Amino acid sequence: MNENFDYRPIDEILEVHGTKPKAIIAILQDIQEKYNYLPAEIFPYLAAKMKFGEARIYGVATFYENFSLEPKGKYIIRCCDGTACHVRGSTPILTQLYDELNLSETKHTTDDLMFTVETVSCLGACGLAPVITVNGKVYPAMTPVKVAELIKELKEEITNG
Amino acid sequence: MVKLNSREDLIKFRERCAQAFNSETKKILICGGTGCVAGGALEIRDKLKALMEAEGLTCEVELADEPHKDVVGLKTSGCHGFCEMGPLVRIEPQGWLYIKVKLEDCEEIISKTVIAGECIDRLSYKQNGVTYAKQEEIPFYKKQTRLVLEHCGHINALSIREYIAIGGYSALEKCLFEMTPDEIIDEVTNSNLRGRGGGGFPAGKKWKSCQKQKDPEKYIVCNGDEGDPGAFMDRSIMEGDPNRLIEGMMISGLGIGSSEGYIYVRAEYPLAVERLQNAIAQAEEIGILGDNILGTDKSFHIHINRGAGAFVCGEGSALTQSIEGKRGMPRVKPPRTVEHGLFDKPTNLNNVETYANVPSIILNGADWYRSIGPENSPGTKAFALTGNINNTGLIEVPMGTTLREVIFDVGGGMRGDGKFKAVQIGGPSGGCLTEKDLDIPLDFDSLKKVGAMIGSGGLVVMDDHTCMVEVARFFMNFTQNESCGKCVPCREGTKRMLEILERIVAGNGKDGDIELLEELADTISNISLCGLGKSAPSPVISTIANFRDEYEAHIYDKKCPAGQCKKLVNYTIDADLCKGCSKCARNCPVNAITGVIKSPYTIDQNKCIKCGACVSNCPFKAIKEV
Repeated sequence: MNENFDYRPIDEILEVHGTKPKAIIAILQDIQEKYNYLPAEIFPYLAAKMKFGEARIYGVATFYENFSLEPKGKYIIRCCDGTACHVRGSTPILTQLYDELNLSETKHTTDDLMFTVETVSCLGACGLAPVITVNGKVYPAMTPVKVAELIKELKEEITNG
Repeated sequence: MVKLNSREDLIKFRERCAQAFNSETKKILICGGTGCVAGGALEIRDKLKALMEAEGLTCEVELADEPHKDVVGLKTSGCHGFCEMGPLVRIEPQGWLYIKVKLEDCEEIISKTVIAGECIDRLSYKQNGVTYAKQEEIPFYKKQTRLVLEHCGHINALSIREYIAIGGYSALEKCLFEMTPDEIIDEVTNSNLRGRGGGGFPAGKKWKSCQKQKDPEKYIVCNGDEGDPGAFMDRSIMEGDPNRLIEGMMISGLGIGSSEGYIYVRAEYPLAVERLQNAIAQAEEIGILGDNILGTDKSFHIHINRGAGAFVCGEGSALTQSIEGKRGMPRVKPPRTVEHGLFDKPTNLNNVETYANVPSIILNGADWYRSIGPENSPGTKAFALTGNINNTGLIEVPMGTTLREVIFDVGGGMRGDGKFKAVQIGGPSGGCLTEKDLDIPLDFDSLKKVGAMIGSGGLVVMDDHTCMVEVARFFMNFTQNESCGKCVPCREGTKRMLEILERIVAGNGKDGDIELLEELADTISNISLCGLGKSAPSPVISTIANFRDEYEAHIYDKKCPAGQCKKLVNYTIDADLCKGCSKCARNCPVNAITGVIKSPYTIDQNKCIKCGACVSNCPFKAIKEV
């Protein structure tokens, strides 16, 4: 237990889902939604509350792609690299995103914690390929030029608060 | 809402809903599928609503309790399927379809179409100079047979009352009050409905063996973890007609003797989760779902589990592990899922489309179902048609339709000036088919014969600008990422195969690489535990079988015939076309281009990083890829 960490939101989430083992994925999903990632502090806390090993919770958290143990940016940009997007040119889009934000295959989040760029294997919006999403909003038929414009807009949004 | 306590209650309720539904003579149906929503469909709906109200028109978003005159229904429907042309708006009673509708078009839709009853020509679909005002006449729709998707695009996806108005839950009613569990299963068995998730296992047979298990506690699980990239049929059913899935699962529960259902939905489908939750809440409220369904002693509960991003969870035993809150790793079979499935109890696992077929089989009978499509694979199949094709979208055709009909008639042929090269069927577990296979009927057995599989139903069409080695690398990269790591051949083998493919597309392929790929593929597919590993090498095997010359060109000639592998492409400036404007030199990030103003420039091949910036920036199209 970390005394500086506010566990009240976690308790609220546990209230909704209960503490049975089968609820763990839904609980982690809600925690991730709240913090944008899974803070290290939650693992011993959940283990104690749910009465099973911290290792198992950690095992679940690291198995599924959607969970992140590191903080993510304010804007989470997901670039679809499904088959349909791939054949219609998603690679140049991803490269453009990396270039615009100084990110790479190994560095996903900007140092100011504003942007995270991830790839996703299919958003199911293949008719609009290639697509990216920013915090869940779908941007259809992207081109590298459109990416540059979008990033510029988002950066302006940040400076204007 | 009312609570329905008996069969009579449901029949009366249906009549009332139907009267209200039929009194909405004028209707605007806005496609509420993921594609059209991303294109702004919901903003269009809101604007139409505001405009109608300003005009003093009564606009009905929710179906009213009582029938009444002079209303215009404004509905958010399920996916129409013609995603390429979205956002789509359907006008009833005329059956017109407006394509690529923008916010600016809303005023005209209200004044011209809703008030004056005229069709707006510029919003209608056109092909080869012909205008198609009516949706059903558009070539894309004409060749289709929509059974599972029959409601998508025609009713409000958010309203159980509209579903009931057009006969929804009649099949459940029939099962509850007229059929025994054995009769239900026999009907499904006789229909020869085969699982739409990929394998094509007969659904009735699976239901029977689950029913026969001694344990009284059984589960009905729906696999909505549609992980194949390029497939979105199940998403469209869950979003567009969620009640149909619920009805199918409930019928399965009645047959097998289970009162608990789970739907496992992919994390990437938030809208599907929302629509299912909405439908479940409405069904519970009126007493169709929950305890004592329609006053009987039967109960059924449905839970939704959201996936967390693991492709392997589409495999049965991994999926049930994930619902239990564990790492989604497949286990050794037997025991099979019907014996030891969810929480170690007998479990019937089918995919979304399979369950969605069930209500019409119960209502129309097994003989009717078998009359559609070939004998061994009856019924229809939904496909997601994507890639370098004109009409991207969701389609449904009778089983046995040929690929040629699907790609060139329904799909409208190749996009731009591309020439058909191959079609990937069955996603990363499937294979590619070429020109010679175009007349093969699409059904489970015919495809198996040519080493491909229907899989979940993704069809990605590729043109001559697509490099097949790169496609194989792409799929291998996908399966390698998604391998759960439990068994060595899949975990390590796919990694080695990926390394070889990466080497080949980078121009570092060696003599013997193709043979090594084949050997690894053989080992991996023979000794992996689950379907993911067993089928992981399929794209490589089928591309080698069909396009061995492309592999050889990469390895021996260091050339990419499709011009897609950037590392194998050399850029040169055509001295006759170059005007010496220096734009390319200024855009080159590594200063590889030099020259004198107003005379042809040259590229230093040793410095060039093949980024392509010069090509896209040249105003005279003087830079060529060779």
